[in-house]
Amino acid sequence: MSSYLELTARQRIPAIFDPGSFEELLPPSARVVSPHLAQLDAPVSFDDGVVVGRGLLDGRVVFGAAQEGGFMGGAVGEVHGAKLVGMLRRAIDERAHAVLLLLESGGVRLHEANAGLIAVSEVMRAMLDARAADIPVVALVGGANGCFGGMGISARCANTVIMSEEGRLAMSGPEVIETANGVEEFDSRDRALVWRTTGGKHRYLLGDCQVLVPDDTAAFRAAAVQAIADIRAGSASLTLEGLLDEQAMLARRLLDTAGLADPVDVWRQLGVPDPGAVPMLEADAFMQLAAPYRAGGQR
Amino acid sequence: MNWQTLATQLFPGGHDIVERDNFLSGSAQVDGQTVAVIGTTEHVPIGIEIALAQAQAILETVQAHPGRPILILVDTQGQRLRHRDEMLGINSYMAHLGKCVDLARRRGHAVIGLVYDQALSGGFITSGLIASACYALPQATIRVMGLPAMARITKVPEERLTELARDNPVFAPGPENYLRMGGLHGIWADDLAARLVEALASCAMEDGRMALGLERGGRLLAQPVAEAVRTGGHVRPA
Amino acid sequence: METLQFRFEQGSRPLAGMAQLVGVVGSGNLEVLIEPASLGGACEIEVRTAAVGFGATWQAVMTDFHERWGLADARICINDMGATPAVVSLRLDQAAETLTGGTP
Repeated sequence: MSSYLELTARQRIPAIFDPGSFEELLPPSARVVSPHLAQLDAPVSFDDGVVVGRGLLDGRVVFGAAQEGGFMGGAVGEVHGAKLVGMLRRAIDERAHAVLLLLESGGVRLHEANAGLIAVSEVMRAMLDARAADIPVVALVGGANGCFGGMGISARCANTVIMSEEGRLAMSGPEVIETANGVEEFDSRDRALVWRTTGGKHRYLLGDCQVLVPDDTAAFRAAAVQAIADIRAGSASLTLEGLLDEQAMLARRLLDTAGLADPVDVWRQLGVPDPGAVPMLEADAFMQLAAPYRAGGQR
Repeated sequence: MNWQTLATQLFPGGHDIVERDNFLSGSAQVDGQTVAVIGTTEHVPIGIEIALAQAQAILETVQAHPGRPILILVDTQGQRLRHRDEMLGINSYMAHLGKCVDLARRRGHAVIGLVYDQALSGGFITSGLIASACYALPQATIRVMGLPAMARITKVPEERLTELARDNPVFAPGPENYLRMGGLHGIWADDLAARLVEALASCAMEDGRMALGLERGGRLLAQPVAEAVRTGGHVRPA
Repeated sequence: METLQFRFEQGSRPLAGMAQLVGVVGSGNLEVLIEPASLGGACEIEVRTAAVGFGATWQAVMTDFHERWGLADARICINDMGATPAVVSLRLDQAAETLTGGTP
């Protein structure tokens, strides 16, 4: 087993794609760095925290990106966002078999404020453009920094989200919520609560994550290959029917969880037996237990 | 400007918009056609209920009124910051709204966003910013986050951020900055009804905001970088 | 931020291959971009660091690095966010290994 969590973005790419097949676009040697960080006396990175390119995944041409959580929390600035958009547009031009997004991000890079917000919005539009061109978009979420903010939203614009239990997917970070509304609202130092609320197992049970894998690069890779095949068997585009289903699921989620305060209560309400034991289960055991109870999928 | 005054100026032809729990919905007459209107008021935080209600209204429009333009009126302090919203996956509710807007656009509905008071980050990234085009009134403020919270997270002193927010385009919350960066297609200083008619007529399918940012000089790297990745050329920063 | 430049003449060990990047610009860490360059046999190193005022320390680390490797026609660029000398040396060695395929 080789941990996905512990790898850098640059190390994850060759672990997921077919060995030696990935060609990086606009590599660090091009030195395209952020134009905005210097004014805040912050260091730049030669790839602005994201690797984008094209490779083979199980022999098919797949475009991809990996965000580096270690640089500015993986947050999206002007250059970082533009690299993602360029990659997505090229994937459409070249009729890629799929797009794979290894997401690890705090969302909008606050150091780039307005430019970062517009950038994230452009990434979202470009992901949806790819889907409209019938290109499957698959998101992998399994890094230490999680996938938050505008990228947490973007992840749910993908066809499929694959997570490890270590991964987190949400919008606002617990610290932001605690700062705004107090520790009683959300104790950001209660790690168990944070993971019950935003972690892979919970998202899987809610229906926001379609596949849960152990923290292992081979498992992520296999799940990505399968997810792409499953999407390709139908259509990658948004449909009215799919969105109506999703509307119903989200409306039902709201009603069914009225008055429930803790995610364990939500799992109990879903019918999961012995919900308190969920955090302790290994990924495969969890998937077996959870599969019959998880809320309906999305499109 | 409150939403009723705004609606009067936007829709001299009349409207039936109602407000419930700070959520606006209804329709209006614009240049002889009916336009669906959804939005928010009172700088309301966007939680899962309002996100879902907006998505519902979009889906109903797509089903019942093919091709009908949609106007999104934005006034929000951002996403609601509560444990419950995160537990239930507010990112999914936001994404769902964005996907509904996207579907509507691809089915031929012109979708326009108008920031008429406040817009903060998560509160408008899947409404105004995912529309075919977004506009703002001159007195609107658009920001990513409040300065104190930004200072805490970035570890940049609040005084420095305040200084930057005064006149640095990347940080200042005025719509002129978003216009120059390509985030907004225009600012509507007067004759709102006429501006709306023009906007509805000029909706494009592609996301042209990077090109706008370059053309207007507010965002010089995004377009060249995206093009370099897309075509394999070199980035030539202006 | 501070920018420092170093140049070591008469290296003996050339690089082979395309530019490589090691490391991440995070707290206590750094990234090193290494590539072959036509420098008349020299090794040039440019450092952009968030830790200001440590010129002498960097000089010592670079001198040691050149003594270990003696790279010729090599350009190295560093973005640093306060890494210790030990971490800097480690990353430099990792970078040199990628394009020499060897050990110091």
